[in-house]
Amino acid sequence: MEDLLLPFQYDYMNKAIFAATFIGAVCAMLSSYLMLKGWSLIGDALSHSIVPGVAAAYMIGAPYVLGAFFSGLLASAAMGFIKAKSNLREDAIIGLIFTSFFALGLFMVSLSPTSVNVKNIVLGNILGVSDEDIFQMVLIAGISFVVLIFTWKDIMVTFFDENHARTIGINTKFLTILFFTLLSACTIAALQTVGALLVIGLIVTPGATAYLLCDRFGQLMIVSTIIGSVTSFFGAYISFFLDGATGGIIILLQTLVFIIVFFFAPKYGLIAAKRKIKQASELLRNPANGGQ
Amino acid sequence: MMAEFFEYLIEPMQYAFMQRALLMAVLVGLVCAIFSCFLVLKGWSLMGDAVSHAVLPGIVIAYILAIPLSIGAFVAGLFCAVATGYVKENSRLKEDSIMGIIFSGMFALGLVIYLKVQPEIHLDHILFGNILGVQAADLWETGIICIGTLLLIILRRHDLLLYCFDQAYARAIGLPVKLIHYTLLVMLSLTIVASLKAVGVILVIAMLIAPGAIAYLLSNRFSSMLIIASSVAVGSSIAGVFISFYLDADTGATIILTQTIIFIITFLFAPKSGILRNKTAI
Amino acid sequence: MADYKFNPTLKVDDITVTYNNGHTAIHDASFELEAGTICALVGVNGSGKSTLFKSIMGFIKPIKGAVTLSGMAVNAALKLNIVSYVPQAEDVDWNFPVLVEDVVMMGRYGHMNFLRIPNKKDKAMVAEALEKVGMTEFSQRQIGELSGGQKKRVFLARSIAQEGQIILLDEPFTGVDVKTELAIMELLKEMRDEGRLMLVATHNLGSIPDFCDHTVLLNRTVLAAGATADVFTPKNLEKTFGGVLRHFTLGGDDLHDDDDARSLSVITDDERPLVIYGKETKKSKHATSDKDEEA
Repeated sequence: MEDLLLPFQYDYMNKAIFAATFIGAVCAMLSSYLMLKGWSLIGDALSHSIVPGVAAAYMIGAPYVLGAFFSGLLASAAMGFIKAKSNLREDAIIGLIFTSFFALGLFMVSLSPTSVNVKNIVLGNILGVSDEDIFQMVLIAGISFVVLIFTWKDIMVTFFDENHARTIGINTKFLTILFFTLLSACTIAALQTVGALLVIGLIVTPGATAYLLCDRFGQLMIVSTIIGSVTSFFGAYISFFLDGATGGIIILLQTLVFIIVFFFAPKYGLIAAKRKIKQASELLRNPANGGQ
Repeated sequence: MMAEFFEYLIEPMQYAFMQRALLMAVLVGLVCAIFSCFLVLKGWSLMGDAVSHAVLPGIVIAYILAIPLSIGAFVAGLFCAVATGYVKENSRLKEDSIMGIIFSGMFALGLVIYLKVQPEIHLDHILFGNILGVQAADLWETGIICIGTLLLIILRRHDLLLYCFDQAYARAIGLPVKLIHYTLLVMLSLTIVASLKAVGVILVIAMLIAPGAIAYLLSNRFSSMLIIASSVAVGSSIAGVFISFYLDADTGATIILTQTIIFIITFLFAPKSGILRNKTAI
Repeated sequence: MADYKFNPTLKVDDITVTYNNGHTAIHDASFELEAGTICALVGVNGSGKSTLFKSIMGFIKPIKGAVTLSGMAVNAALKLNIVSYVPQAEDVDWNFPVLVEDVVMMGRYGHMNFLRIPNKKDKAMVAEALEKVGMTEFSQRQIGELSGGQKKRVFLARSIAQEGQIILLDEPFTGVDVKTELAIMELLKEMRDEGRLMLVATHNLGSIPDFCDHTVLLNRTVLAAGATADVFTPKNLEKTFGGVLRHFTLGGDDLHDDDDARSLSVITDDERPLVIYGKETKKSKHATSDKDEEA
């Protein structure tokens, strides 16, 4: 028992667990939207694209958030521009831009290898970040959380039916930009928790899992947030015993939850669907029991 | 002047590791380029992304079981692709979400096992490649995979193209659509495995998109697309290896950036679809 | 493999199709078509038209019943290269780097060797097919550079080059002007007279009596199937479309000052309306009825 409480006796663990849980929750809220709009991989792209910004910021000693934000913005602009000006498929554009940015990051790091530890950017290292970075992360997550609490319904309407949203006086353009700003901000914060390569898990898996359980958006968001925060909490907690790999454990937990739900969800799970097919074929053999 | 230039070219080639790196880069560039044409047209660019991330657990587990790492990587990559298809057919989720879930889950699994087992392979080398450390045996392995994949693609390109263009028609005229689908996935996994040693799991995605995207902007026929894509890739591989030698930069990243620069130039100046050309045309 | 002595027939025998998520898209559907037929497949969106197409092409297996093509199981028939398919315009990626000629050549793949290298006959068939649809001069164009009607004709040429005997057409008239529509209908009739069988999914109610000798009405099951003259009645259409269809009837009194008792019926979903004047069926060129109730 005492062993189980051990992590909480360390100040740095408490901070890390708190930050991870909070960021996990906010990312999970965002994931509800991303997953429904089919934008999951935009999140992935953003997380890879901010690597050169982070590297540059560390090299010149600027706050990493600034560098990350700047390169994320540049990448989004580039994607939007190429999409508007060519008939390449969107997925190709996304892939092209984020890998180029990532390569740029690696290129920069390889030119001055001592200043940055790429591994920390790519894999995250929440147990080892400075208080200053934790503060930046919590600040981002806090602001995003508050903004989302106030605007989640408007954003939902905007994404569900943009024309309707506009006719009832919602500023859809502003909200879309707001959403992507929140997304970039949370991606940056999540970078420190789980690393650039696993951010995609945080911003897709909880929402997708909740989608197999709920039919209403409000519920979906709550379920998703619960999944996101609980898995992040336990992930950070367990990583104490495994000496690191926080990101990996968080995402692994989320994937496990997803697998369980994928099979056993009462309405949209695999087993429920198989049962429905069986019922349909039984009805064929035995039409007396009803049916069309 | 000319002599100086040649000296620049000859100097790196005096090192055996640079010769191997160059050969490796060209091989990998070529096979990725041919494949990128199909990925870009089929809308599968992110499938490359998913499969390449998903190979990590395969490598780590293969290490534990002491079987060739390539086999582990291949099985894991293929598993990711097949699992994505399976979940898509059996749930109401969109394909991109499913890919995100599966590949991040697999990557996380690989990472956790890696950190627990602490194998002798460098994580950096899996993630970013280690082209300067390529051995002759690696070259053979990659070479065989590349040539096999290339042959199969080039001989069967018409059917593969029809499958990408109009799946329903391919089915209607009796082509084995499922077989083609899985052949493409198997070859994708093989290509990624073959490229791992050179550029790593992340940058291989770029090699699987950029040449196809560049060629797409320049051609209106598939045969010319294939030729352009492979020339671009081979050119960038050679240029990348030399430039990185003199800048002392990461070779894989330099190759990708060379391709990016070619893409930007094409995007701006392509005769038909380049944005600067279009402006003057209007 | 060059000569087909198959008599193209299509038999859908009591099929029920259930998807993986448990949704049953069509149930207990049956109909049968002979060689030398153009058959219209009519139904609202979601009535199972594309599911029916998919089962005929073997993409999905019915959980009950079977589809038979020329007396063979679907997969066997597909191998013989007698089935052809003309996709809906929205399903095609028009930016794909293929020329008109390349697309039509795809029709010959089933006749070629393993490496798909065209021989003289293949080239001749492609040229002939392009000629037949009047697209010869466009053969070197990229497919995205064509007009809506030209695009349709390219895909028809592909089926002709294939020598397909059972041809499935998915919404061949969307995005096509009236002139091209008539040209395509002529072409289809010609192909019918050569003994082929065509199944046409269409929303274009008004043109069906003009060129389709058979009609199948679909709404999750086959509501009616048979000769167009028998099946294509206001009553059956009402049944097929339920509330979706707009139906106006102007009585004899409203139309004439004399004793003529004939009435005028206008039936439309959202494209070209079907106008029935007395017993005779005629189509109108313009949709005059108001049809923005839905909006």
